[in-house]
Amino acid sequence: MSNAPVNNGRRRFLTAATSVVGGIGVVGVAVPFIGSWNPSARAKAAGAPVEVNVSKIEPGQLIRAEWRGKPVYVVRRSEEILSGLSAHDDQLKDPQSEVPQQPAYAMNAHRSIKPDLLVALGVCTHLGCAPTYRKGDFDQEVAGVKDGFYCPCHGSKFDMAGRVFQNVPAPTNLMVPEHSFPNEDTLLIGVSGGEA
Amino acid sequence: MSFKLMDWIEQRLPLMEAINKHVTQYPAPKNFNFWYVFGILASVVLVNQLLTGVWLTMNYEPSGEGAFASVEYIMRDVDYGWLLRYMHSTGASAFFVVIYMHMFRGMMYGSYQKPRELLWLFGMLIFLVLMAEAFMGYLLPWGNMSYWGAQVIISIFGAIPIIGDDLTLWIRGDYVISGATLNRFFALHVIALPLVLVVLVFLHILALHEVGSNNPDGTNIKKPKGSVAPEELSKFAFHEQYTKKYDIVDAIPFHPYYTVKDLVAIVIFLIIFCGVMFFAPEGGGYFIEAPNFEPANGLKTPEHIAPVWYFGPFYTILRIIPDKLLGAVGMFGAIIALFMLPWCDRGVVKSIRYRCTAHTVNLVQFAICFIILGVLGTLPASPLNNMIGVVASLGYFGFFVAIWIYSKNEKTKPVPDRVTGK
Amino acid sequence: MKKFIIAVLAVFPMLVSAAGPSMQLDAANNDLRDKASLKRGFEAYINNCLACHQLQYQRYNRTFADLGISDEDGLANYMYTGEKVGDHITNTMPAKDAAKWFGGAPPDLTLEARFRSPDWIYTYLQSFYVDESRPFGVNNKVFKDVGMPHVLQNLQGVKTIDEHGNLSEATGGSMTTEEYDTFVRDLTNFLEYTGEPNKLERESLGYWVIGFLFILLFFAYLLKKEYWRDVH
Repeated sequence: MSNAPVNNGRRRFLTAATSVVGGIGVVGVAVPFIGSWNPSARAKAAGAPVEVNVSKIEPGQLIRAEWRGKPVYVVRRSEEILSGLSAHDDQLKDPQSEVPQQPAYAMNAHRSIKPDLLVALGVCTHLGCAPTYRKGDFDQEVAGVKDGFYCPCHGSKFDMAGRVFQNVPAPTNLMVPEHSFPNEDTLLIGVSGGEA
Repeated sequence: MSFKLMDWIEQRLPLMEAINKHVTQYPAPKNFNFWYVFGILASVVLVNQLLTGVWLTMNYEPSGEGAFASVEYIMRDVDYGWLLRYMHSTGASAFFVVIYMHMFRGMMYGSYQKPRELLWLFGMLIFLVLMAEAFMGYLLPWGNMSYWGAQVIISIFGAIPIIGDDLTLWIRGDYVISGATLNRFFALHVIALPLVLVVLVFLHILALHEVGSNNPDGTNIKKPKGSVAPEELSKFAFHEQYTKKYDIVDAIPFHPYYTVKDLVAIVIFLIIFCGVMFFAPEGGGYFIEAPNFEPANGLKTPEHIAPVWYFGPFYTILRIIPDKLLGAVGMFGAIIALFMLPWCDRGVVKSIRYRCTAHTVNLVQFAICFIILGVLGTLPASPLNNMIGVVASLGYFGFFVAIWIYSKNEKTKPVPDRVTGK
Repeated sequence: MKKFIIAVLAVFPMLVSAAGPSMQLDAANNDLRDKASLKRGFEAYINNCLACHQLQYQRYNRTFADLGISDEDGLANYMYTGEKVGDHITNTMPAKDAAKWFGGAPPDLTLEARFRSPDWIYTYLQSFYVDESRPFGVNNKVFKDVGMPHVLQNLQGVKTIDEHGNLSEATGGSMTTEEYDTFVRDLTNFLEYTGEPNKLERESLGYWVIGFLFILLFFAYLLKKEYWRDVH
């Protein structure tokens, strides 16, 4: 038994030093546990950009693509539809697309890069159902508007630019994903390139 | 403010009381040596297995079709998945190294003798459950050695007369090892047995604290109350749970002295552990066996089926007995013999330091035979290996017979009253 | 006591050799750090092996990243059309037909180097010899009666075996012995890589972790010594 007085200063220093180094160790050990929750290579591969051939889409036709597990609606809009978009602006919640549901290059009247091609996630912004494309009989839901999207789950309505109408449960416009056109025929969903 | 909170909690759940009783005012003998480090190391490995095990379960697929691929998914696609996998596989082998050392300490210092028989029994139960846990865990990667190792071990149950075949069918859940077996082993390995293990460890430590730790000299640090002169008593403050019944000598509070000493031991252990894990995770083919890099294939037996190294000693005993049932009896008998140790040893002197020379020889030959049996377990059967196995098995079982004989009227050295400086 | 221990230790070598005769394998001496070698091995694999043997656990983009190949370069030079860089390296050989043609489906080789060892693969690819009794006219000294034809025959040439089991030099191949040796070493290197792509990262992390633990040990030891002055 050492009879020398207890050197509290040294004890405190050594305890603190060991605790600090030990704490670094604990953080280090935590890294693999927390890191393993990141998206794995499999998830990243599945989330990779998707190419869609748009050369054969007729005016008025909708094709469905899948990107990151979600449906993407690609619609060829006719001149008639495009010119009719502003007519019902007063019935929309966010006609100017002020809420950021689209990349900057889609923040325009037609909410897309190419005016004649709508690219939007087919996911209702209320609770996530896939809205139905109503071609020609959308005026049953909204008087005077021939085409649009009607969500069967709780009755939300969106126009041909994916903008949400008033008096429906959905709060915001349909989301427009990052997309670009590497060439005339190809739409690449998931990667921006944004030409006007 | 925080002290009032502590009082509020303490009135409803005596946390501080428990910490005092079991940690900060718990009297531990001051002469613990190297052999006393393996209990805390076992707890460290247990925590490692639990944490890495849960994390592996997040990405592992417990089906015959997906299991093998999911392990490779963890190894390649999940960030740090490879590290979690190796922590778990190295931990499994480390667990048995630590446990065997821990058990041998008990044998050397007579830690199984009265009043610690129940402590020893809990420990043996933990060992048994640990073997089952490891066995089931080894099936989960669904490699070819996983498959055939399980096939061989489960068929041992077929040796039981009358019910044997039905029993193996029931255990497997199918006519051969299949996804049915895998799924149930997964459930047992991930939840059922770990729960049992944790409860048993808790009881093990509770039983230990009730009677107090033994020490390398085998002396009793708890003397009858009033029998010790005041200046001889330990100068530390211990909980009245102990001091009201005993005069305590040669003791130090577990915290801070053994927390601080165990920390050193843990870091040294981790250095060795990480050395293996980062530079030789396959353990020379003993920790992760080469045939397991092929998926399970019921039509293709590996060249040489061997259980994982830590089952070696018991597997050898099974193998050297040419009869299926007697072989199984022998193997389980080897484990039962360990359970019976507190009653095979009829002596009262605890520590190897003060017992007769025959006891030292007996312990050393037991250890050597155990190691030889272990090595043989990894080798293919051959006439020479079988012969050596028989001799080593005789040494193993002979330990218990011999101790029963000489411990009755043993020529022991005088046991000191107090711990020695060694 | 000592005599007993010595006797036991003397027995150990006998135990180890009782494990059975081990195949004489040549040392591959490959180097996972040699990216040029790995790239050549990858190319060799795509050109000669992939048609029959998949690498179903290895992804293209992982291989490109580890070997220092850009995704564009990889897409252009290492991949069949229609596949994405994130895909696993697979082929379109139907397993049932393959089993019929070769007597057994050609195994996936991602983990072959961990299952057999790099030395095994290296020696195997050098050890084909003429054997008219076999369906493809060749046998292999390392893998008796193997179902695989000698796919690399045009590169290595042909070996024969004598009655003592010794292989001749290879004749008639487009590569010299040294060139073929390098070729096989590169392939072996690549397969060792696919067996465990994380191996180099694992070892490098190991140095850091153990280095850190020694620092922690230093402080923990001083702390222990300080407190235990109370006890001694």
